[in-house]
Amino acid sequence: MKNAVGRDIPEYLFAGGREVYQGKNYMDGRYMQKVAPRTRRYEKPQESKIVATLADALRQCGAKSGMTFSFHHHLRNGDYVVNMVMKAAIDELGLDNLTIAATSLGEAHDPVAEYIEQGKIVGIQTSGIRGRIGEVVSAGKLKTPAIIRSHGGRPRAIEMGEVHIDIAFIAAPTSDCVGNCRGIGGKSNCGSMGYAMMDAKCADHVVVVTDCLVDFPNMPASIEAIDVDAVVKVESIGNPKKIASAAARISQNPRDLMMAENVARIIASTPYFKEGFSFQTGVGGPSLAANLFLEKVMDERGIKMGWSIGGICGPMVELLKKGKVGKIIDVQDFDLDAVNSINQTPNHFEMSASQYANPANKGAMVNKLDFVVLAALEIDTGFNVNVLTGSDGVLRGAPGGHPDAAAGSKCCIIVTPLVRGRMATVCEHVVTVTTPGDCVDVLVTDYGIAVNPQRPDLIECLDAAGIPHVPIEALQKKAYSLVGTPDDLEWEDQVVAVLEARDGTILDVVRKIKPLKL
Amino acid sequence: MIPRPTPERFRLRRTMMFMNAQKPGLIKDAYIYGVDSIMLDLEDAVAENQKDAARFSLYHALKTIDYGDTEVIVRINGLDTPHWQEDIRVCVAGGADGIRIAKCESAQDVKIVEEHVEKAEREFGVEVGRTLLMAALESPKGIMNAYEICAASDRMFGVAISGGDFRKCMQTKPTADGIDMLFARGQMLLAARAAGVQCFDTVFTDLDDMEGFINEVRQNKAMGFDGKSLINPKQIRPVHEIFATTEKEVAQAEAWVSAFREAQARGVGVFTVNGKMVDAAFIPGAERTLRLAKACGMYEGDLV
Repeated sequence: MKNAVGRDIPEYLFAGGREVYQGKNYMDGRYMQKVAPRTRRYEKPQESKIVATLADALRQCGAKSGMTFSFHHHLRNGDYVVNMVMKAAIDELGLDNLTIAATSLGEAHDPVAEYIEQGKIVGIQTSGIRGRIGEVVSAGKLKTPAIIRSHGGRPRAIEMGEVHIDIAFIAAPTSDCVGNCRGIGGKSNCGSMGYAMMDAKCADHVVVVTDCLVDFPNMPASIEAIDVDAVVKVESIGNPKKIASAAARISQNPRDLMMAENVARIIASTPYFKEGFSFQTGVGGPSLAANLFLEKVMDERGIKMGWSIGGICGPMVELLKKGKVGKIIDVQDFDLDAVNSINQTPNHFEMSASQYANPANKGAMVNKLDFVVLAALEIDTGFNVNVLTGSDGVLRGAPGGHPDAAAGSKCCIIVTPLVRGRMATVCEHVVTVTTPGDCVDVLVTDYGIAVNPQRPDLIECLDAAGIPHVPIEALQKKAYSLVGTPDDLEWEDQVVAVLEARDGTILDVVRKIKPLKL
Repeated sequence: MIPRPTPERFRLRRTMMFMNAQKPGLIKDAYIYGVDSIMLDLEDAVAENQKDAARFSLYHALKTIDYGDTEVIVRINGLDTPHWQEDIRVCVAGGADGIRIAKCESAQDVKIVEEHVEKAEREFGVEVGRTLLMAALESPKGIMNAYEICAASDRMFGVAISGGDFRKCMQTKPTADGIDMLFARGQMLLAARAAGVQCFDTVFTDLDDMEGFINEVRQNKAMGFDGKSLINPKQIRPVHEIFATTEKEVAQAEAWVSAFREAQARGVGVFTVNGKMVDAAFIPGAERTLRLAKACGMYEGDLV
């Protein structure tokens, strides 16, 4: 059955009442039943919840084959915890038939691919999938299709019981002996622990893994001891160098700067650009550089930003310290400037993934967002964006909060170079739709700007400001004239991943890629 | 194969950005930054043993990339090198809009390049006279001979001073107020205006000193330069902003040109606009203002 973005979804995936994507805000106003975890009572006072090993913690939580373990990705590509836990569960306890429900998985988790190939891990649910895991899943080696959800879709799915977490593992830069955790004060600091909060509240069991035990009480806690079953002290939870970079530098690449300047001009041309406006941006070259030019136009107009959300890095913290943004509400930190600022700089707050982006709660932050600036691996002439699959059809990306911020914001700007090497970024049909075109408003490339025809109001704004723009088809044709028209990818029938829209409907599927024959 | 429009001898040239002709990644789309002219360099940016490779990359860029309205000029190697003749053949065969003669010191230098350009035009079936020329003055002798150089050929559209070599000859260093090259710039400007060609200032090499750059461009504009040579896209916008017309200038030019056209139609020579007497002598300047305004996005009418 074809969905609202024209993707053919096989009907066997509709088991359990699943629907195909119907367009933005389709579920608005519906009632849903939240599920509650089944948790153990600890009435008798405990001096400490520290157990010696991960295997002990797993046993204490009744770990058995067929369970779902959850993880969060604040340690990013420096994370050691996923691998340690899966090794203990599979190699020491001999478990199999396991499912990983993570907020993101990357190259750091390459060893997990081996367990997938052995059939010990049979399910993957994640917001990002890169490295070897992406390759083996794309090769059809996972027993069930992986489920890819946005950062907002994940807490929705947890609340509705679509994913039931048996044991949540919290990678904690610091914890006290009973499991109050913070993202700072240790040796592997990550700042915000926002993605882990929902897991701690909704899992049947919660295990804290830390490499830095601190005195009780570790306050203010991101993860509270009231939700924690056990604490395990390990040598190291991650590689600090890969958790947070020294400082996110603003690009000096003239191409990035030109695109960033155009982003700022577009923002300034809209009626939403007024005192107290809100803004989210990514950490990619041109997205981050938009901060610089935005500051300039804010100064020129004499206005300040009310608040900013998202993954946060140094340049935004800098704006907060200069008094040019009122508040930062932070779900993840990308560099040490941000890590060292959260809960330290006044008005730099932490939030959960649900508060950030969940479409089914009663008011996520993204819903109040004026502008979001996002990157894309591909964008097609229907403004559909792909940030998940490469041009070879292999899973190597992350929807993350992209679909959530795009859907919630009043003006979603995608910024990307027109071509990358031999690849056309602006194309006729993206490999996979991860953010539907009805949520995307403006495209900024190095070769020109295009506005979604569904937003005639924004077209008027750009025209009034004298910002030239062209139909997106003109950019796609230009791209193809530069690098050639790509051949269609060749797929087999097997669905290897289901891409859920943030509301839980099926936005797209990724199939097994046919091996390349030359 | 991309057919390029016939080069225009006198067009807007506020910015000319140098790019190493050997680097396909740079030259494949240098026009996207909105520079008026691209200067593809076969000379100093290219190592002595890479001249062939650079010519190859240059030729294919000219043949396959649609530079649109952006002018494409090539800086060839000096006449004292073994490279310049082959450089000229490649420029003409590829269809470059113009050639910049490095280290030009006399009218004779222009004439010899012109001769080889014409030969190449005949060799490759290019319309004779299509390829424009400009000269870089890099020595005191070049500055002394500026007028004869400017007037040496109908293909000449302008001259530029090249600060690096010139300062070396003069035993000076760049100064914040430009005193080191004040006389040379002035002499070259006089010569260019006297010969009726355009005049361009040298590059500003300290990319981190945007304030110094902007001050120099302001002085360029005040002295009467047509434009500036650049080494980085981030220098483009400030030049275009400084060289932009004011709204008042645009309104005045528009009034003059339309009044002149009406008067002409009625067979009237001298007329008044807002109480000021205007005649044909004012019109080329006013039209230039409107063309500039159009390039700056400040004028959308059809008078130019």
